[in-house]
Amino acid sequence: MGILSLMLAIPAVAAVACLFAGDRNARLIALAATLADFALGCVLWAQFDIGGAQWQFVERADLFGRFQWALGIDGMALMLIMLSVFLMPLCILASWDAIKSRVGLYMAMFLIMEVVMIGVFMAQDLLLFYIFFEAGLIPMYFIIGIWGGANRKYAAFKFFLYTLLGSVLMLIAMIAMIAEAGTTDIPTLLNYDFPVEMQTWLWLAFFASLAVKMPMWPVHTWLPDAHVQAPTAGSMILAGVLLKLGAYGFIRFMMPMFPDASAQLMWIVFALSMIAVVYTSLVALAQNDMKKLIAYSSVAHMAIVTAGLFAFNQQGIEGALIIMLSHGVVSAALFFCVGVIYDRLHTREIDRYGGLAVNMPAYALFFMLFTMASIGLPGTSGFVGEFLSLAGIYEASSWVAFVCTTGIILGAAYMLYLYRRVVFGELTKDDVKAMPDLNPREWAIMAPLAAAVLWMGVYPESFLAPMRGDVTTVVARLAPAKPAGDAQLAAGKPKPAGDAHGSAHHAGGVQ
Amino acid sequence: MSADLALIWPELILTIGGLITLLLGTFAGDRQVGLYQLAAMLTLGAAAFAVVALFGVEASVFSGTLAVDGFGGFAKLLIYAASFVCILIAPRFFTGGMRAEYPVLILFAALGMGIMASARDLMTLYIGLELNSLAAYVLASFMRTDERSSEAGLKYFVLGALASGMLLYGISLIYGFSGTTDFAAIALRMGGEMNIGLVFGIVFMLAGLGFKISAVPFHMWTPDVYEGAPTPVTTFFASAPKVAAMALMTRVVVDAMGPAIGAWQQIVIFLALASIILGAVGAIGQKNIKRLLAYSSINNVGFILIGLAAGTQAGVEAVLTYLLVYVVTTIGSFLVVLQLRDAAGNQVESIPALAGLSQRRPGLAAALSVFLLSLAGIPPLFGFWPKYLVFEAAVNANLVPLAVAGIVASVIGAFYYIAVIKTMYFDDASDVEVTGGGSAVEGAIVTASALWLSVVGYLFIPVLAVASASAAAVLF
Repeated sequence: MGILSLMLAIPAVAAVACLFAGDRNARLIALAATLADFALGCVLWAQFDIGGAQWQFVERADLFGRFQWALGIDGMALMLIMLSVFLMPLCILASWDAIKSRVGLYMAMFLIMEVVMIGVFMAQDLLLFYIFFEAGLIPMYFIIGIWGGANRKYAAFKFFLYTLLGSVLMLIAMIAMIAEAGTTDIPTLLNYDFPVEMQTWLWLAFFASLAVKMPMWPVHTWLPDAHVQAPTAGSMILAGVLLKLGAYGFIRFMMPMFPDASAQLMWIVFALSMIAVVYTSLVALAQNDMKKLIAYSSVAHMAIVTAGLFAFNQQGIEGALIIMLSHGVVSAALFFCVGVIYDRLHTREIDRYGGLAVNMPAYALFFMLFTMASIGLPGTSGFVGEFLSLAGIYEASSWVAFVCTTGIILGAAYMLYLYRRVVFGELTKDDVKAMPDLNPREWAIMAPLAAAVLWMGVYPESFLAPMRGDVTTVVARLAPAKPAGDAQLAAGKPKPAGDAHGSAHHAGGVQ
Repeated sequence: MSADLALIWPELILTIGGLITLLLGTFAGDRQVGLYQLAAMLTLGAAAFAVVALFGVEASVFSGTLAVDGFGGFAKLLIYAASFVCILIAPRFFTGGMRAEYPVLILFAALGMGIMASARDLMTLYIGLELNSLAAYVLASFMRTDERSSEAGLKYFVLGALASGMLLYGISLIYGFSGTTDFAAIALRMGGEMNIGLVFGIVFMLAGLGFKISAVPFHMWTPDVYEGAPTPVTTFFASAPKVAAMALMTRVVVDAMGPAIGAWQQIVIFLALASIILGAVGAIGQKNIKRLLAYSSINNVGFILIGLAAGTQAGVEAVLTYLLVYVVTTIGSFLVVLQLRDAAGNQVESIPALAGLSQRRPGLAAALSVFLLSLAGIPPLFGFWPKYLVFEAAVNANLVPLAVAGIVASVIGAFYYIAVIKTMYFDDASDVEVTGGGSAVEGAIVTASALWLSVVGYLFIPVLAVASASAAAVLF
């Protein structure tokens, strides 16, 4: 059994064990299993040969006849697997005390979730990928529905049906692809040239599915409901990893497999992304529920990811990938920040708080760091991703870059406004005064998240290096179809200032 | 003649075994449940063994009226297995003591279904169908003192008779316009110029068969009969006759009407989409778990028909695989329903009463969730695989719009399945204390089928592929 199968087997076995163990044992089993997976993930990262073969740790077993148990990872998958295994133990810790009923089932569902998530990133077979991709619905349905908030049932249904409706069209597209190419092997399909006309249909079917998962405007409405109702750890994993499945599908399937259609239809992605960035940021600004605010901010961040990916160039895609990783850590951290005070006061209403900086200084500090990372302050992970992707977007289209940058300004507005209302101000309310600062368990969750945010912000090369080769491959695959951008990148000759300004303006107007 | 007899051992064994069981019941009395139950189960076992022993034989017997082939064998094994389980689980349900008629009727129904699956002549088709139906009408009203059961029997009989009439009318039209009752000869005739009489014959035959598989718009009897009939009988109705009728329909459209695909394909497509959509929408408001499963079977028949609509060998393979997975799922879910009893020992059938089942009977709730999600076709449960196969067959037969419509409608279906799971897991416990377990055998069947339908089933895909391919190849 290879290391990848082992990483899938450990949580799967632990999940079954949790079902039959008592509450206390279930927590311990879950923590041990997720930590073991994290350790294996680190081994994976350490042994990953940067610049080596595109697909590493490949495993193949012909178990199913029609399709294969085929696993393997490239740099992008490696980084997303690292994100998943890094967040999982923290999620288990975050629900250590908060979950009191049916702990065994809860832990089992989280462990199944982990299997499914890393399985999606590892799958090298189209059908295996689809099975993992869809399987995530079931545990998440239970997590939201059983341990969620007051309106949890509605949110669970909405989550399940919305995402299912999206995915089924992708299945039909996959069947057509398998029939056309005669294989379910993903590396082969990545280099298969589908007829251009067929690509358009396949692209649209995939887009219908992945746009919901992403989620893109206007099919994002399941996300705020799901986030608000899910338990803290559920929101962490939903925002941290599940939202990345959509973007992963874009870069793994849609762009390299249907390059011509991607180029033809990129305007859809750009248009939806631009609307999403501005619209959801404005919506976030008006929220009075902390989780809803962060949920809308996730939609806005994901819109920059899609725009960055469809910039079709190295910076744009690398930046989008870094935003995915960064947002994974930061949004999970922000949801945990909400969870910390929710556990103490049992409300997510922003107005019920205020002045937390006085009695919870350590909390305020961490919250500040994650807020800044979400805004994209230099030195934090958010900056690296946003800078790179916006640079890439600018190369493709200055107007899209212009609109997306507005989103960052709005992002600063709603995050700082949130922070001001929750943490600053007078500490007047008695119940808020009585809230204690972080306990050791909460420290143990905050500290690794903060470390990751700073590491990614200060030395992003650790994360970019494994992915660079894969991004280059994708960019090369896209190059023949890539439309000309409107940026004046070849401006090596110095020109008079007024002249340069005029031509840039002119090009922008044409676009 | 004697050579022909040697090839229909399964049918002979069922006939003789059924008669012996009947005599045993008559002479030993209804009290000797174990005795006649054992006789019936041994009969089915022996018949299944005979089917296996005839594996690889491909012949047609009695002047070409009955086929002995892999396709019929596959269907028969499924039918016998489902009948076996339905006899096995019955004694615990009929608390007043099971009467000997029950296993006898099931045996004769199984005989009829075996003939349906092997018929290659319009007359044998009708004899098999009626033998099965007559046994089934009696089974539906088996609890003769129970109002609902009698009502179910009557409804089933009246509507079933209507269906038989339509089928017979279709048969007579086809015979009249083709001059033969033999499938192969009819196919030759259909390969030539079509005329309005043949088309009408096709329509009426498919309508009559549509009743038997409870495809929309001929489904109206299904929810009432499923709800009213005793639960073991419902289990039987939902499993074995579906296989037989589906196998019969497949053989009719592929063998007898194969060349006239243009005439029947659109009918099958209509039946498929109507069943998927109405089966899903109709299920949403149901409060009774047996009615819900009835709609679910209508819904699933729609998916099976998508495979049939493709009209290719891959389509038939998908149909057979689907039938196998469907039978396992259906039997499993009805076994769970059979175990739901309140403190007084009465059957619990109302869905709201299942609230909180996940805490009272976690194993049962988990098994039912697996069955329901599998019926919905959500991966990683194995119910996904046959759905994938039928859609693949449809796409490869250039029926992409059908596949898209079907798969989008399947999302509606998912709604009511997850609504039941919501009741079991998310809602606060209901007042009805669901207690009462099943016997060890029932528990073992439920556990085994739930495990098989969770990820384990995928390991059986190579075996299933070989079996269904060799069975389907017979027809092409």
